[in-house]
Amino acid sequence: MFSFFKSAKEQAEEAPKPSWAQRLRAGLARTRGALSQKVTGLFAGRTKIDEELYEELEAILLTADVGVEATGHVLEALRARVRRERLTEVGELRDALKAVLAELLAPLERPLEVSGHQPFVIMLAGINGAGKTTTIGKLAYRYRQEGRSVMLAAGDTFRAAAREQLAEWGARNQVEVVSGTGGDPAAVIFDAIQSARARGIDVVLADTAGRLPTQLHLMEEIRKIRRVIGKADPSAPHEVLLVLDANIGQNALLQVQAFDEALGVTGLVLTKLDGTAKGGVIAALAKRRAIPVRFIGVGEGLEDLQPFRVDEFVEALFE
Amino acid sequence: MLETLSQRLGAVVKNLRGQGRLTEANVQDALREVRVALLEADVALPVVRDFIARVRERALGQDVLQSLTPGQMLIGIVHKELTALMGEQAAPLSFAAQPPVVYLMAGLQGAGKTTTCGKLVRVIRERGKKKVLMVSCDVYRPAAIEQLKTVAAQAEADFFPSDPTQRPAAIALAALDHARRHHYDVLLVDTAGRLHVDEAMMQEIQELHRALDPVETLFVVDAMQGQDAVNTARAFNEALPLTGVVLTKLDGDARGGAALSVRQITGRPIKLVGVGEKLSGIEVFHPERMASRILGMGDVLSLIEEAQKGVDQAEALKVAKKLKAGKGFDLEDFKAQIQQMKKMGGLSTLMDKLPGAGAVQAGDLAAGEKQMRRVEGIINAMTPEERRHPALLKASRKRRIAAGSGVTVQEVNRLLAQFEQAQKMMKTLAKGGMGKMMGRLKGILPGMP
Repeated sequence: MFSFFKSAKEQAEEAPKPSWAQRLRAGLARTRGALSQKVTGLFAGRTKIDEELYEELEAILLTADVGVEATGHVLEALRARVRRERLTEVGELRDALKAVLAELLAPLERPLEVSGHQPFVIMLAGINGAGKTTTIGKLAYRYRQEGRSVMLAAGDTFRAAAREQLAEWGARNQVEVVSGTGGDPAAVIFDAIQSARARGIDVVLADTAGRLPTQLHLMEEIRKIRRVIGKADPSAPHEVLLVLDANIGQNALLQVQAFDEALGVTGLVLTKLDGTAKGGVIAALAKRRAIPVRFIGVGEGLEDLQPFRVDEFVEALFE
Repeated sequence: MLETLSQRLGAVVKNLRGQGRLTEANVQDALREVRVALLEADVALPVVRDFIARVRERALGQDVLQSLTPGQMLIGIVHKELTALMGEQAAPLSFAAQPPVVYLMAGLQGAGKTTTCGKLVRVIRERGKKKVLMVSCDVYRPAAIEQLKTVAAQAEADFFPSDPTQRPAAIALAALDHARRHHYDVLLVDTAGRLHVDEAMMQEIQELHRALDPVETLFVVDAMQGQDAVNTARAFNEALPLTGVVLTKLDGDARGGAALSVRQITGRPIKLVGVGEKLSGIEVFHPERMASRILGMGDVLSLIEEAQKGVDQAEALKVAKKLKAGKGFDLEDFKAQIQQMKKMGGLSTLMDKLPGAGAVQAGDLAAGEKQMRRVEGIINAMTPEERRHPALLKASRKRRIAAGSGVTVQEVNRLLAQFEQAQKMMKTLAKGGMGKMMGRLKGILPGMP
């Protein structure tokens, strides 16, 4: 998880930090491998825009988890643009595809502003293993870097050692962690908000246990957590982040739907984008349920959680 | 589990039903639907293509002419091919080595390796291997070692402590040495989640594999994984001599196409599936049944197996003895039954395996589980004497029980009616066994829709 713990990576760690754009590109390199290189190869070998080309394009989009519906939408929009602009060159098709994707993703780019409330309460939710606790660690680091005071609430009272994991993140970021001894996550988070208000803390990050949308009693529990947060501060939670693992396929859509219905999700975090062939699911999300993607996780370092930017994202996909 | 795929294929076949026979054109339509269904279920595109090609070949062959209806024929072909794709038979875990037998876990971050370790203990114990040692080589993620320690305690297995400052290979060797000297049957080695493109981390797990020489190298895969399942499975399979796959979080998803992809790409059998968060939430993977389930035939066999496992044998014996001794099945036993239902993972897990479960709404299930808790509450409000002799329950006692459990007298009456039905069922069970009971299960369990 942390490169500085890896003996094999110790050398690399001493080199100057690569810029954010470089890291994004590196993280998305594999997606490019799946999407862009194939696209380039495809465009290079072709001289005219024909059905076969569209079919291959369809296959590439599907393989990148864009999904049947969104792929259909993208191709249709691409065809329309080709007709409208009377494109005949295969090279022009590439720019047109970029534009279509950027247009589709545009509604998702709305960065999170953590001001206007003190404390600004951010609640995190998601399925098991999505990366909630790790995301909290990275968010804590980010807000500390911005000079804000942060408090963590250990609302995952279920999973073995989840509390210890959050405590470790707290220690690394020199941030206080509120964790109860009992098993009631709502009470722990309630206490954290009370205590944060008393101490003038800027941001409260509330962890919750991972749960699948099919576990109805756990979905009921998280609804309750949200209600109880509202009791600690009627305006809270100010942000409900759903953490999605980019490895997940079309099920991500169902997850967004289920959590949104239960909690009113206001933002998404897409984690583990540093693997292979990911990112397409964002397009499927944009098509179905346009909830802003607040952050994407592109690496294992503390600073590898970054705001989602459509132009950079699309650009990186096609470089 | 895979209802959505079942529903889709069902719809395809329904469309075919009106037509006399399969033609090139209508097979084309149906197969396009199958393709979309499989893609939406996250089956990887190359696997889908392969599958469609095989089904088309069969569908247009002479087999079709012999079929009764085109729909039946197509279902048959799709079922057969799905089964073939997932491997013909169930593959058991191997213990074929001098103890301690080593199991190595591998997979992406958040796939469910640590939870699976805990669940594996139960499977291993069922196979008669008693002494299990667990060790964590995850020195990266905060509190990962602590997590496995807790899991080991829950599963009542021994835990070999490790420390984030140690090298994973050193930890593994120390644990192996400890396991040898203390005559453990099985050593479970949990590892850090890793990306298949992270070369340093892939080398690390190769090193672990060399040091440990495991009998089982299990690739743990999230059943919800998308198209990329193909890439990760291929990379892990190339880096490590995998012996099997564990498919996790299968209860959460309506689809689960990753099962098809991973099997096809690695050629390794899916040995186990993880369902739910309880330590008992692990099942043997049955390719044939999985294919049936995809086609909406339900999974009655797997349910029965689960029922036999989850039911406390001692408890069952007690009831059986009682019945034999001529004493009736009483409300104590009824309560015990409800508690055993809970042990088996609750109604939703059970219903998932019954045919036609797609028709049961999630909301009904939640209501059913609530109802089960209610029934338990009512029984708890009775005196031991009343539980043993339900005939004692007349109006004033019923009023007291209703008040004590916060329900109405009508609900107490309803419970008693259900109990009487259950009593009858127990008599059937004493005569006819599990099969008959399953047939009647739906009508009898309290609160079942």
